Amino acid sequence: MPKITYIDSSGEQRTIDVQKGLSVMEGAIQNKIPGIDADCGGGMACATCHVYVKEEWFNKLPKTQDGEQDMIDMAFEPKKNSRLSCQLIVSDELDGMVVTTPSKQT
Amino acid sequence: MIKTDVVIVGAGPVGLFAVHQLGIKGLKSEVIDNLDKAGGQCIELYPDKPIYDIAGIPECTGEELTKNLLDQIKPFKTNFHFNERVQEINSEGDNWIIKTSQNKVFSSPNIIIAGGVGSFEPRKLSVKDAEKYEGKNIFYSISDKNIFRNKKISIFGGGDSALDWALELSKIAEVTLIHRREEFRGAPHTLNQIKKEGKVDIKTKFQISSISGQNNIESINIKNDDGKETEVKTDYILSFFGLIMKLGPIAEWGLNMDKKTIKVNTENFETNKKGIFAIGDICTYPGKLKLILSGFHEGALASVECFKRARPNEKYRFEFTTSSKEIQARLGVKNK
Ligand SMILES: Cc1cc2nc3c(=O)[nH]c(=O)nc-3n(C[C@H](O)[C@H](O)[C@H](O)COP(=O)(O)OP(=O)(O)OC[C@H]3O[C@@H](n4cnc5c(N)ncnc54)[C@H](O)[C@@H]3O)c2cc1C
Ligand code: FES
Repeated sequence: MPKITYIDSSGEQRTIDVQKGLSVMEGAIQNKIPGIDADCGGGMACATCHVYVKEEWFNKLPKTQDGEQDMIDMAFEPKKNSRLSCQLIVSDELDGMVVTTPSKQT
Repeated sequence: MIKTDVVIVGAGPVGLFAVHQLGIKGLKSEVIDNLDKAGGQCIELYPDKPIYDIAGIPECTGEELTKNLLDQIKPFKTNFHFNERVQEINSEGDNWIIKTSQNKVFSSPNIIIAGGVGSFEPRKLSVKDAEKYEGKNIFYSISDKNIFRNKKISIFGGGDSALDWALELSKIAEVTLIHRREEFRGAPHTLNQIKKEGKVDIKTKFQISSISGQNNIESINIKNDDGKETEVKTDYILSFFGLIMKLGPIAEWGLNMDKKTIKVNTENFETNKKGIFAIGDICTYPGKLKLILSGFHEGALASVECFKRARPNEKYRFEFTTSSKEIQARLGVKNK
């Protein structure tokens, strides 16, 4: 199973196996990783699953779809490498990906 | 004090259908919601998106579903209390006393919490001192635009609210519109109009970094992606980053919670407190699905227990709407 690493704003690092096909958000929720709220359950309507993706992985991700950037506008402290983790589907290509969660989601 | 059989917290799709299930059993309910209208997530987050999994309705938008649910409960002439948040719940004998943010008080043997992921509130700016100036120099909605006359206004956001207000206020004030990226989510024709009139200073790829001032805001600093800061003289900040769901006071009512959800008994959707029920997105139990159709079922079961508590001397009888004359009378159906 692909491994995803979640780093929280204090620098604490958690690496977990996430099943292919799940989103990076679902991987976090199912494994009780703090820092991702996902209030809308993956509907791209809340921006509380906001993460920063490490540069080398950011460029490998499929481009944002319609609506994702609109939601990121509303997220807490968006940056160039911001994504919504509910829109990132785990695959073999993303094995080893590192994401950082913001200091808060709202 | 308003006395009723059931107080429903939340006018989302699930709260609305609960009105129906209670109504056909002859119970009166009062519905309270923080928003200014019914529909919850359906109306606030996706009014124009089609839903495909409402049983018996192949396709309908969030707005259409809300309208249909409101039509379906029309016969019960339910009172809605909008723009009010339920703040406090206290017990008094077998009843619950419910207080809202507008100091309205209700007394009822039953409370159904259909609060979704919490009440919708404007997303606030997170920079230092934003709270201190809120309501004075920082606004998340506008009630009187005249206070902005001849002032310096910084507007944040990329949606319709930000664009509409930038255009409108540029007629009476000095407006700077600040947005994180070049593309705006709001209607292109409003943006074109703003550009054509040329009165608004548009700063894209900037975000707020700090606020300066004493009693009132004097200026703000904004920074771009490369960390470069610019000062903007500002009297008022208007920030339009949409709404966020905040669990709020529900967490303080002594209910058994699992993160932001309330644990329930799936026989009747009662919480750990007698007479307080939780249905829809806000409840949790093994296998819970956050779907509208699940919420409808949960409301039907909760309504039976509400009946038993509101009418302790009557026997609950299971009946079909197709055959019960009593239910049809409550629905105002004219029998042929
Ligand atoms: C983009 C998107 C697409 C979706 N698509 C589907 C779909 O196709 N099919 C499906 O079945 N589901 C879908 N859902 C999920 C569905 O919208 C929710 O399951 C449903 O809205 C839950 O209804 P509810 O009544 O429990 O809560 P909500 O709709 O969240 O309503 C809760 C209401 O309670 C109010 N409230 C909360 N606390 C208080 C308080 N203390 N005082 C006063 N008012 C309060 C809130 O303001 C809100 O209006 C989707 C969700 C999203 C975001
Ligand atoms: S979970 Fe709400 S936008 Fe991703």
